[in-house]
Amino acid sequence: MDYINAIVLLLNYIFVPALAYGSQLALGAIFVTLIYGILRFANFATGDMMSFGTMVTILFTWYFQSIGISLGILPTALIAIPFAIIFMVGYMLLIDKFVFKYYRVSKSPPVQLAMVSIGVMFVTQAVVRIIIGPSDRRFFDGEKFLIKAGEFKEMTGLNEGLAIKSTQVITIVVTLILVSALFWFLNQTKTGKSMRAYSDNEDLALLSGIDPKKIVMITWIIAGVLATIGGALYGLDKSFKPFTYFNNMLPIFAAAIVGGIGNPFGAFLGGYVIAFSEILLTYAYKKFFMYLLPESLEPNTLVQLLSTDYKFAVSFSILVIVLLYRPSGIFKGKIL
Amino acid sequence: MRKNLNVIAAYTIMMGLIILVGIFQSWNIALSIFNLCLISAVMTMGANIQWGYAGLINFGIMGYTALGGLAAVLISVDPVQEAWSAGGSNILLSLLLIIGMVLAVRYVLKKYEKSKVRTYIIATIIIAGIIIIRFVSEPGIEAIEEVDPAKTGFLGGFGLPIIFSWIVGALFAGGLAFVIGKVALGLRADYLAIATLLISEIVIAIIKHEDWLTRGVKNVIGLKRPAPYEVNLQQTDWFINLVEKFNLSKLNLITDLNERQAALNQFVIEGSSIFVKLCYSGLFLIVVIILLILTQKALYSPWGRMMRAIRDNEEAANAMGKNVVKQHLLIFVLGSAIVGIAGAMLVTQDGLFTPGSYRPMRYTFLIWVMVIVGGSGNNFGAILGGFVVWFLWIESAPIGLYLVNLTTAGLADTHFLKVHLIESVPYFRFLMMGIGLLLIMRYRPKGILPEKIEIK
Repeated sequence: MDYINAIVLLLNYIFVPALAYGSQLALGAIFVTLIYGILRFANFATGDMMSFGTMVTILFTWYFQSIGISLGILPTALIAIPFAIIFMVGYMLLIDKFVFKYYRVSKSPPVQLAMVSIGVMFVTQAVVRIIIGPSDRRFFDGEKFLIKAGEFKEMTGLNEGLAIKSTQVITIVVTLILVSALFWFLNQTKTGKSMRAYSDNEDLALLSGIDPKKIVMITWIIAGVLATIGGALYGLDKSFKPFTYFNNMLPIFAAAIVGGIGNPFGAFLGGYVIAFSEILLTYAYKKFFMYLLPESLEPNTLVQLLSTDYKFAVSFSILVIVLLYRPSGIFKGKIL
Repeated sequence: MRKNLNVIAAYTIMMGLIILVGIFQSWNIALSIFNLCLISAVMTMGANIQWGYAGLINFGIMGYTALGGLAAVLISVDPVQEAWSAGGSNILLSLLLIIGMVLAVRYVLKKYEKSKVRTYIIATIIIAGIIIIRFVSEPGIEAIEEVDPAKTGFLGGFGLPIIFSWIVGALFAGGLAFVIGKVALGLRADYLAIATLLISEIVIAIIKHEDWLTRGVKNVIGLKRPAPYEVNLQQTDWFINLVEKFNLSKLNLITDLNERQAALNQFVIEGSSIFVKLCYSGLFLIVVIILLILTQKALYSPWGRMMRAIRDNEEAANAMGKNVVKQHLLIFVLGSAIVGIAGAMLVTQDGLFTPGSYRPMRYTFLIWVMVIVGGSGNNFGAILGGFVVWFLWIESAPIGLYLVNLTTAGLADTHFLKVHLIESVPYFRFLMMGIGLLLIMRYRPKGILPEKIEIK
C-alpha cells in the first residue's frame, strides 16, 4: 500500500504538473525553433507574442461571457482561441511586413534581426500593457477539477489524493493534437516538405522553385497558431500576467536549444526535459521517503535537492551543460 | 573642431533638454535624471566596448550590474559580529572546499586526456563536492540567517568607504565575465546572447535567494554615502550662508523676519538635496571622463585596430597571427568590469540594494537600446545614447500624458477610454523605446553618432 501511496504522491506533485508545464513550454519551443530554422534569427519577442495572443483570447472570452455563450464544463476560452488565432496571425504578418521583411530582403546578419526582435518585444509589451494592464488575470471558467483529491482518496482508499485539473488535461490533449497535426503537415504535405527544405538549405530550395514568400508567410501563420494556443493554455492553467510571459521566454529558449534548435521534434521533447528537470530537482521528497523507508530511516530534512527559488536556474544550468558538451542539442539541430 | 560639430551639437541639445527640465519641472528632477544618465553612460560604454569594438553580444548586463551592487554592500556594510561567530567558520570552510573542488577539477583536466572516464571523474568530483559543501554550509547558513533576521540576518561586509566598491564591483563583474567567457565565448553570436541572458538570470536568482550573503529580497538599506547627508547639511552654517547668498534677491523681497526665516529654511531643504545630488554628479562625472579617456585611447591604439580587425574579419585576423579567442575573452572581461563599476555606482547613489529590482528589461535590453540608438563603436555615441534614452525613459510619462490628453480632448474626463489610457501612461515608455529602436535600426542603423575611424 505504501508503495502505491508513494507513486500516487509523485504522480500528483511531479508527473501531472510537469507534463502540463512541459506541453506549454513545448509549444513555445516549437515556435522559437520554427522561426529560427526558417527565418534564421533568435526571436526575443517570443514571450511577448505569446502574451499578445493570450490577451486577445481573454478579450474574446470576456466578450463571449458577456453575451452568454459558454461551453458548460469546458472553459469558454476554447471558443475564443480560434478567433484569437486569426487576430494573432494578422498581427504577426503585419509585423513581418513592416519590420522583419526589410532585413530579410537585405540579408542582414542574424544578430541584427535579433536586435530588431527586441524592438518588437518592447512594442508588443507596451501594447499588451496598455490594452489589458500589467496585473494578474484569471479567465478560466467551467469545471475546475477532473478528479478531486478527496474523491480520489474515497475511491481508492489511499492516503494520498490525486488531483487532476481539467486545464491540465486540456493542455496535454490540445498539445498532442496540435503537435501531431504540425508534424503531419511538415512531413507529409508538399508545403511542409518545402518548408523543411528551405530550412535545410535555402539556396538549393530556391533553385528548385520554392517560393520563399509563401514559406515565410506559412511560417508566421503556424507561429501565430502556436503562440496563441501555447500562451492561452498557460494562462488557463496558471494565470495571465504579462511579466510572467516575458520571463517564460527563458525556459522556452532553453527547451528549444536543449532539443536542438531548428529541429521541431527536438523542441517538443526539450520542453518536457526542461519541465521535468525543473520540478524533479526542486521537489521536496520527504514524504515520498516516509512512505518507502522504515520509520527508523525516515529523513528529518526536506530532502530537497534545490530550493524552489532556483527553478529557473535549473533549466539554465541544463542549457549551459548542453551547450558545452553537445552544442547541437540532444537531437542534433543546427551546429552552433 | 569642424568634424566634431555634430558631436558638440548633439551634446548641447541634450544638456539643453536637461536644463529645460530643471527650469520647468525642478532642479531636483533634472539632477537625478542627469546622475542616472551618467550611470547609464558608464553601462553603455561597457556594452559598447564589447559590441562596438569587438562585435561580441552580451545580454548579461543585468548580472554584472547586480554584482557591482553586491560589491557595494559587501564593502560598505559593517560586519555583523554575531553572524560571523555563529556561522562564519562554516562559510569559510565551504569557501575552502569550493576552491579545493575547482583545483581538483583543474588538476584532472590538465593531467588526463579527454575521454569518457575523465568526464565521469569530473562529474563525480563536482557532485560529491556539492553534497559535502551543502552539509558543511547548511548549519552555518541557518545560524547566520537567525541572527536578528529583521535587521541583519547576513554576514555583513567589511565596513570600508563605499567608494572602494566601485573597483571591487569591477573585479567581481570581471571575474564572472571570465568564467562566462571561458564557457560561452565559442558560441555563435545569437547563442551567446541567449546564453549570457540566461546566466545573468542565474546570478540574479543566487543574489535573491542566498540571504546569508545578500539579505536577498529583504534588501539592504541605509548604505553609507560618499556624499554628505541632507540632514547634516541643513544644520551646517557655511551651507546655510551659501544658500542665503544664492537666494538673496528673493529673500530680500520678504520683509517680515519670521516669513523670511521660513523661506530660508525652505531654500535650505531644497538646496541640501540639490547639493548632495551635485556631489554625486561630480563623482560620476569623474568616472565617466576617466573611462572615456581610457576607451578613446584604446580605440585609437594598435590594440583597438586589432579589435576592429577581429570584429570585421575574424579569420583574416586569425591568419595574421592574432589570438582571437584570447582577445575576445579580454574584451569580454573589460567591458563587463565597466558595467560592474556602474552597478556599484547605482547602489551608491540609491543607498540601498534591492535584488528584486533587477529585471532584464531595465538593466539589459534598455542598455542595448542605448548603445544601438547612440551609435555602436563610437564612445561619444554610446554615452549620448545613454543620455537620450534615459531622458526619454523618464520623460516619456509626461509626454505620454500630454499626448493622451491631446488625442482624447473631445472625450469627457470620466470616459472609460480616457481613464484607461491615463492609467496606462507608464507603459508608453516601452512603446517609445520599441518604436525608437525600430526606427533607428531601419533608417540610421549606425546610430545617432555613427562610428568614424580616422587614422591618426
